[in-house]
Order: sequence, then structure tokens, then C-alpha cells
Amino acid sequence: MFSYYVQLGVRSLKRNPWLTALMVMAIGFGVAASMITYSVFRAVSGNPIPEKSERLFIPQIDSWGPKYNLLGNEPPYALNYVDAMAMMRTHKAKHQTMLYPIGLSALPRGGQSIPFTVEGFTVQSDFFAMFDVPFQYGGAWPTSDDDQRAAVVVISRKLNDKLFGGENSLGREITLSGHNYRVVGITENWNPKPRFFAVWGGSSFGNPSDIYIPISRAMDLRIDTAGNNSCRGRIDYSDWDGWLQSNCVWVTPWVQLDSAAEVAQYRQFLEGYAADQQRAGRYGWAPNVRLRNVMEWLDYMQVVPKESSISLLVALGFFAICLINTIGLLLAKFLRRAGEIGVRRALGASRREIYVQYLIEAGAVGLAGGVLGLLLTALGISGVGLLFQPQIARLAHLDFTLVGLTLLVSIFATMVAALYPTWRAAQVQPAWQLKSN
Amino acid sequence: MLQIKPILVALKRHKAGTILIALQIALTLAIVCNALFIIQQRVTRLQRPTGLQESDLLTIQSRFVGVADDGVAPLIRSDVLALRQVTGVEDAYATNSYPLRGGGWSTGARLNPDAKKPTAQTTQYFVDEHALATMGAKLIAGRNFNAGEIVVADPKSLKTPPQAIVTKALAEKLYPKESALGKPFYLGDDKTPATIIGIVERLQVPWSGTWTDNFNDNAVLLPVQLTSNFTVYLIRAKPGQLADITKSVPAALFKNNRMRVITGERGIRTFATVREQAYKSDRGMAILMGVVCLVLLAITAAGIVGLTSFWVGQRRKQIGVRRALGATKRDILSYFLTENLLIGIVGVVIGAGLAIGMNLWLVSHFEMARLSLVYVLAGVVLLLLLGQGAVLAPAMRASRVSPIEATRSV
Repeated sequence: MFSYYVQLGVRSLKRNPWLTALMVMAIGFGVAASMITYSVFRAVSGNPIPEKSERLFIPQIDSWGPKYNLLGNEPPYALNYVDAMAMMRTHKAKHQTMLYPIGLSALPRGGQSIPFTVEGFTVQSDFFAMFDVPFQYGGAWPTSDDDQRAAVVVISRKLNDKLFGGENSLGREITLSGHNYRVVGITENWNPKPRFFAVWGGSSFGNPSDIYIPISRAMDLRIDTAGNNSCRGRIDYSDWDGWLQSNCVWVTPWVQLDSAAEVAQYRQFLEGYAADQQRAGRYGWAPNVRLRNVMEWLDYMQVVPKESSISLLVALGFFAICLINTIGLLLAKFLRRAGEIGVRRALGASRREIYVQYLIEAGAVGLAGGVLGLLLTALGISGVGLLFQPQIARLAHLDFTLVGLTLLVSIFATMVAALYPTWRAAQVQPAWQLKSN
Repeated sequence: MLQIKPILVALKRHKAGTILIALQIALTLAIVCNALFIIQQRVTRLQRPTGLQESDLLTIQSRFVGVADDGVAPLIRSDVLALRQVTGVEDAYATNSYPLRGGGWSTGARLNPDAKKPTAQTTQYFVDEHALATMGAKLIAGRNFNAGEIVVADPKSLKTPPQAIVTKALAEKLYPKESALGKPFYLGDDKTPATIIGIVERLQVPWSGTWTDNFNDNAVLLPVQLTSNFTVYLIRAKPGQLADITKSVPAALFKNNRMRVITGERGIRTFATVREQAYKSDRGMAILMGVVCLVLLAITAAGIVGLTSFWVGQRRKQIGVRRALGATKRDILSYFLTENLLIGIVGVVIGAGLAIGMNLWLVSHFEMARLSLVYVLAGVVLLLLLGQGAVLAPAMRASRVSPIEATRSV
């Protein structure tokens, strides 16, 4: 019976090719618009580290005071040097890292070569374990290297390919902006999206990092941040040391807290620290601290671009209109065949069978719309670069999930749209129809 | 107009179809109004002038390798001199930023150094006496810097220099009632003032985001040569030589000093590229919304054609009867047009409410501007016309139904 209904469905679709084409196009456009915008939204709003996002926190301390704070008396986005170093020393969380983005130059071997830029972060040893950084060779430097301010570096697989032709280069030396570093680890290609740990100060969807060096070493070499540096109030520093002592914030701290108890403890520690600073006269205001986990932080920093949300909303509205359109057209199509339905009912077809037949017909329209939608989605995704920065546009792609989703959504939505028209079709009274003819 | 009553009665019998068309018109109106509004806002933004003569401009970002900041000053000096010697180069200077670059310095400008709130927000461009000529910015009062006024300073120990050139927009904000020329103002929390020695007609800030909208044309030019190993060069080509110098200038820089990197995606850009990249998402959004509007209107029109055609088919017999009883073709035509107009009016009334509601929601969630009612009115007219246009073909077909249909069974 099923194949018979499919046959009937296909035949009926052929009977009003214009009406059918109209429906297929409406569904195709609607589903494609939704899927294209969804693919971007999915890429920018995902959880970059699902296994641990609940356990990684970014502590914030009010170092500016109520006069200069962000809207709603929110403390600054990052730490100043003094607070960052104090927290680094106290090491209250079991795992923690301070970080800031850097841009250095590297010189490939060979006399006539010209230097190129390498970008990365100054971090602490814990960074790699905390953020589950995968390694090709070697691993993180030992924590003792942080304390000894060692000249060590972890490089990316890509940089290793460029500098050493991809061979195991552990223990070799590289020169970055005139200083030598020993390679202790080579990461796999790793670049979480969004790059949650450097949303402020770095870039949320930036290129993968090439290098990581100990923050202690970077301080010795006076390597300036390549990211944001935000100062409020009177800027009274006049040299590097003055800058370090100033209220400019530029260091991002991260801690790993594995249980609710640890979180509570750490929050207490932060408040205690801020209270100490108040007592010491450094801060003239009451403790004002925040402790947000990864998703809370991404939300607070509004990482999802405005364009993405608005276009997703518009696309959903668009899809809704396409479906309303489809309901109307299906209604017209089904009711035009009231006579035919009457005959079938009179010959003994049950309401159920009418339902099945017409829903299958709608499903066929949905499938055709889905296929068209798939083509349009593929086309549209290649045009995402029109609206978004290349770093974001690169993230939107057509994968199996999206293909499946496109077809499913399209078939399902069409069948939902067909419920009312089908119900109307099944209500056709056989006797009445036969008589009126 | 006499037909309204019978139309209402007839519509009652086609409730589902009527509601569907009205709903579709309402939703389409809501989206189209907001989309048109977004387009208008974005297009206005991307037409803003920078104050530069944008043709024949080239920008380069360079970072010296293995040089401490305090050793950079002579290197930048020598770079600039080398750039001015390149064939095809009209003029050049070194700076921290330029309009639409996408990164730079911003600070508050004050008349009273002890005021809590700055009088105006502004960007700072650190330049030399060649900057105005290179940018093609128009000096409308006062004078340019002279070579003796340019000071060399480390960005970490910067003090406000005694002279400054400001944009007209900033001058008027600082001194709304009198000429700002020769008057002092304070930058950031600095206690020493700068004196305004010149006013340029316009210079945009380095950013294009909406957060800069309230100080988009506020800029200060300061006679400072910053010593940071990261430097930006702005270069004006002789007319028609831009393509040539885009190749020869980087080569000249490397010849002057090999130990440097020309940095990343913003390394070498003509100003046309700078503008394109700065407004990429604005332009993209406008195009996307335009496409959405067109497809949406087409789909709505097609829906109306489809449903009306069905109604006409269904009512052939009744139409035949009316024709036989003396109704003219015009009567039939106007019946369907009026019917559609009634549905359309209900749709646009609901739609106008939806459009405003949707805009209020966008305003609260995405810091968008309030929708102007002109857009709602334009949308209403557009959709009513679209409905009448869409219904025309099926209505014409209906009017051609012959009275003989009355005697025929379907």
C-alpha cells in the first residue's frame, strides 16, 4: 500500500507542476536560509571545550574601582601585572595559568632567509593540561621551568613543519625576536572555536597559535602584549616598570576548579585577596570579584557576533513564512481533489488511509524541497564570506550532520505543515461529494 | 464597495485560506520592514567619508626584528626617507594608525583637566609634517606642523606635545561657540595642555564598529614619532602608480633593512582594500537582507497567486451564475481585487504591530536603532500593491469565465 501511495503522490505532484514547483521552491529557500545561518551560528556559539567547560574559571578582580569600572560596576576584563603576579605566587587553585598574546619573529635557517611573524601566548606550564592541548611530540615544560624562568618553547605542528620539515625537533633551539629557546613540545593542530581563553586581549576566532613560552621568561625579556591593554584614569607611568605597576590590565588568568567546594573556596580566596588590597591601601573600595566558567564567560563577552544571531532569526522567520505558504498551497491542492477523495472514501478507504496517502504526498514535497535546499545551502555556505570575517566564514561548512538535518527538517516541517490540509481532506464526506457531482 | 458584505460572507467560508494569506502578509511585512531598515542603516554607514583622498593610497605594517624599542627611532626615520625616494611615491609618513585601519588609540579630550567626564572621546594619530599631504586631508584653518616640532617618544612614556591639529568635528565639540584655533585642551588625564594650531575638515577614527558612532569624526593629530618596533606607514602614490609601488615599496623596505616582518593579513593593503575589509560585514548584511526581502516578497506573491487561483477554480460555477445574472467582467475583477485588499488590510495591520514588536525586541537585544514609521508605511504600501499585483492574473482569469459555466456541472 505504501508504494501505491508513493505512486499516487508522485502522480499528483506531476498533475499541478506549477503548484508543486512553488511549494518545493518555498521549502527549499526556507530550509536553505535557515541551514546556512545555522551553520555559522553553530560554529560561533559552540562549546569549545565541552568536557571541561564547567570546571575552568576566569577570575576577575576589581582593580579600577567604581569610578572607572565597566557598565554595571563590572570589574575589568583582565588583571594588571601586580595582581597577576600575586595570584601566580599564591597558587591557590591546583591548576592555574596566566596568559597574554604575543607576536614575535622567527628566522628560518639559511643566510638569505627573511624573518616571519609567529603568534602565540605566554602561558604557565599548567596551560597545556588544563586546556587539553594535544601533542605530536614532547609535552608541557615542567613547572620548575616556570620558576626558573627557562628559555623553553612549545611550538605548533605547523611551525615545526616550516622550521624543521616536520621532524622530531625536541631539544633543538629556535630564535624568536633575537632570543634562543629550546623546543620542549610540539602540539598537534589545535585551535578551539571560539578561542575561549583569549576572548579579551586576543581574538575569538584567530589563527592557530604558533608558539607558547613561559610567562616568567617573557617578563624577563620585557615582551609586550600583542593584544589589548586597557588603562583607566590617570596614566602616570613613564617606562616599562612604571607600566607594570600601573592600573593597566592585560593579563588573563584561568584556574581549574574540580568541585563546588573548590569553587566556593576559591571565591573566598579572591574576596580575601581583594580585602587585603583594600586594607593595604592599594584599593580604595570594597572587594568586587567575579568567577565565571567558560560558557558564562563567552556569554558575558558576547562572543557570538550580532550578525550571526540577527541573520539566524531572520532566516527562521523566513522559514516560518515559507511553511505558512506551503500550508495554503497544500490546502488548495488537496481540496481541489475533494471529488477524488469522496470516491475513494465511498469505495471503502478509511480516514486513516487518506491521512497516510496525503502525508506521504506532503513528505515527497518535503523531500524534493530538502534536496533543493541542500543545493542552495551548499551554494550559500560558500558565500558566507560575504557577511562574516574570513576567520568565521572558514568555520561554516557542510558536514554530514548538516546534510541530514537539512533533509530531516525539510521533510518533517512539510509534514507538520500538511497536518491541517490533510485533516481537511480526511473530513471530506463521501456521500456529499458524490451527490454534488 | 457594495460588494464588501458578500465578500465577507464568502471569506467566512474560506476561513483557513484567508487566515493563511493574512498571516503570511503580516509576517512578511514584519520582516521586510526590519530588513529594509537594517539595509538603510548599513548603507548609510558604509558611505561615510574618511576625510582622506582614498585613491592612490597604500598602507604597510612592519615590525623590526631583534631591536629593542629604544633603538627603533633611527630605523623608522631611515625607512620614511627611503620610502619618499621610491619612484612613483608622492609622499609617505610613519604613524600608529589611520582611518578604518581597525586598531588604534582612543582617549578622552577635556577642557578642564580635573573634569571627571571628558568633553569628547577622540582618537590619536601620531604623525609628522608630511601627514596631511600624504593623507590628502584638507586643512581648513591654522597651519600644518613644521619639522622642528616633531618629537621622538616611547609609547610607554608619552607626554602630550604642545601642538595639535584636530578635526572640525572635535573642534566644534570642544569650543562650540568660538573658533578653537589657538586654544588649549587636555588629553586623557594629562595635566599639560596641547594648543590647537590647525583644524582639518574631516578624519575618521580607525574603527568602523557601531561603538564609535558617537565619535566617528573626532581625531587629534600629534607631532610625535612613536618608537615602537611595530610601525605603520601610509604612502601616497603618484597618480596611476599605485599598482607599481605596491610591489616596489615592500622591496625597498627590505632593501633598507632586512630584519623586519611585514605583518599578517593587514601587512600590505591599498586603501580600497582597507575600506572593503572595514565595512565587510555591513555590506554583507545589507546584501543578505536585500536578498531575503526579494525572495520573501516573491514567495508571498506566489502564495497569493496559488491560493487565489484555487478559489477561482472552485468558484467557477458561482462566477458563471453572477455573469448570467448580469455582472460585468469588471464586477468580477473588482470582486477579487477587493477581496484581496480586505485580507491584505487585516494582514498589514497585524504586520505593522509585529514589525514594531520585532524591532523593539532587536533594539533591546542587539542595540539597534528604533524603526522609523516611514519604513512601516512603505512596507504596508508595498505589500498591498504586491497583493493586488499577485491577484490580478487569477482575477482576470475569473473575469473571463463565461456565463455558460452556470449551466455546466464541474
